[in-house]
Amino acid sequence: MLLRAALLLALVPLAGLAAGAADYVRLPGGAFRSVLKYEDAPGRQKIAPFELMKRPVTNAEFLAFVKKDPRWRRDKVARVFADASYLEHWDGHAAIGRKALPAQPVVHVSWFAAQAYCKARSARLPTWSEWEYAAAADETRRDARADPAWRERILSWYSRPNPKVLPRAGLQAPNAYGVQDLHGLAWEWTDDFSALLVSGDNRNQGDADTMKFCGAGALSMDDRENYAVLMRVAMLSSLEAANTTGNLGFRCAKDVP
Amino acid sequence: MKNGSKLLFVVAFALACVTSAQARKTPLPSDSVYQLDVQLLDQDGKRQPWSAQRGKPRLVTMFYTSCQYICPLIVDSGKAVERQLSPAERARIGITLISMDPVRDTPKALSAVVAKRKLDTRRWTLTSPRKGDVRQVAGVLGVRYRELADGEFNHTSALVLLDAQGRVLARTEKMGSQPDPEFVAAVKRALR
Repeated sequence: MLLRAALLLALVPLAGLAAGAADYVRLPGGAFRSVLKYEDAPGRQKIAPFELMKRPVTNAEFLAFVKKDPRWRRDKVARVFADASYLEHWDGHAAIGRKALPAQPVVHVSWFAAQAYCKARSARLPTWSEWEYAAAADETRRDARADPAWRERILSWYSRPNPKVLPRAGLQAPNAYGVQDLHGLAWEWTDDFSALLVSGDNRNQGDADTMKFCGAGALSMDDRENYAVLMRVAMLSSLEAANTTGNLGFRCAKDVP
Repeated sequence: MKNGSKLLFVVAFALACVTSAQARKTPLPSDSVYQLDVQLLDQDGKRQPWSAQRGKPRLVTMFYTSCQYICPLIVDSGKAVERQLSPAERARIGITLISMDPVRDTPKALSAVVAKRKLDTRRWTLTSPRKGDVRQVAGVLGVRYRELADGEFNHTSALVLLDAQGRVLARTEKMGSQPDPEFVAAVKRALR
């Protein structure tokens, strides 16, 4: 009985995968108020219409990719593109194994690997603005960010320690655009993660930090109440392109033709 | 006697060719930035894979030519390291500037900087990748940047020392005409 239940559980995600592989939803875009303050472009950011994967890329999907392009296999990847913990939660270079499930979001992937995956599917990683725009929605509203209850809900996920076992991708209710798992599952790469040059206070002229920047227009936080999104920004701006971590995955995006 | 030395010269020349050809054929180290498959267009309009710069230690940095603020300092930083080197050391190093603004940094714009800053092109190469490749180049060099609404760029600056195979040996974020002594020491070690 227990065995049958376990088998059933194991089969469900596979069925989901076959149906929903690389499933995109279209987002209309528009003028969007970021939590970041862009000194060079004050006011609302203009987001062009784009398509975004409904849910993050899974272990099974990433395994199919590395089988097709062995340059991204754990044993073959160039160290300059992925650090030593790349895909370390898999059993082998061409097997997911017992420590990870096929339908979990793939983690321990570098920006280079995520980028290569999306490129191989004629897609790209979303920009930060696209991600932030999509993630501002809850189940019914396109912009739920002013709602303290919504803020509380996503923040409670960020404040929990990483679960021992990541839930499967695509289990949470879709947001108003039909996108799932932007909060509450894993963190995600953006194409321009290394454009997030955020400093606590960028007005200290002559400060060693400001000297690193060419030109004005550093980013600062415009909405200090939105901790959940600010944590994303802080995390992305601390990463190098070859870094991998146990709770960082990705999904792809596409321009609307 | 004369023929003998000629033969020796021919043999030595042939051997040298074989060794340098082999050096190119040996697989790149896994941690080499030249693993990145990108093409660079230089100030003379020549387009080559970045990996064609293999073969000698190099200082590499990112910049853009229309930058008013810190970018002139980036060239100063390269020159400051150069000044610390003996003529023999200078002959063994390359200095590569890679633009983050390929749309405006055409060979013409790059060669204007070469002329204005009196850069010795035996060492200095100013290049632009394709626009879609800039963030990958920045990724392997650990440079962060954002294009601003007015076409300027906000970016971190780093001088990166690569060995002949493209492995990062050292980096400094201290820019300007006062060279970072630890970094200069690393450059000298790489040229020994």
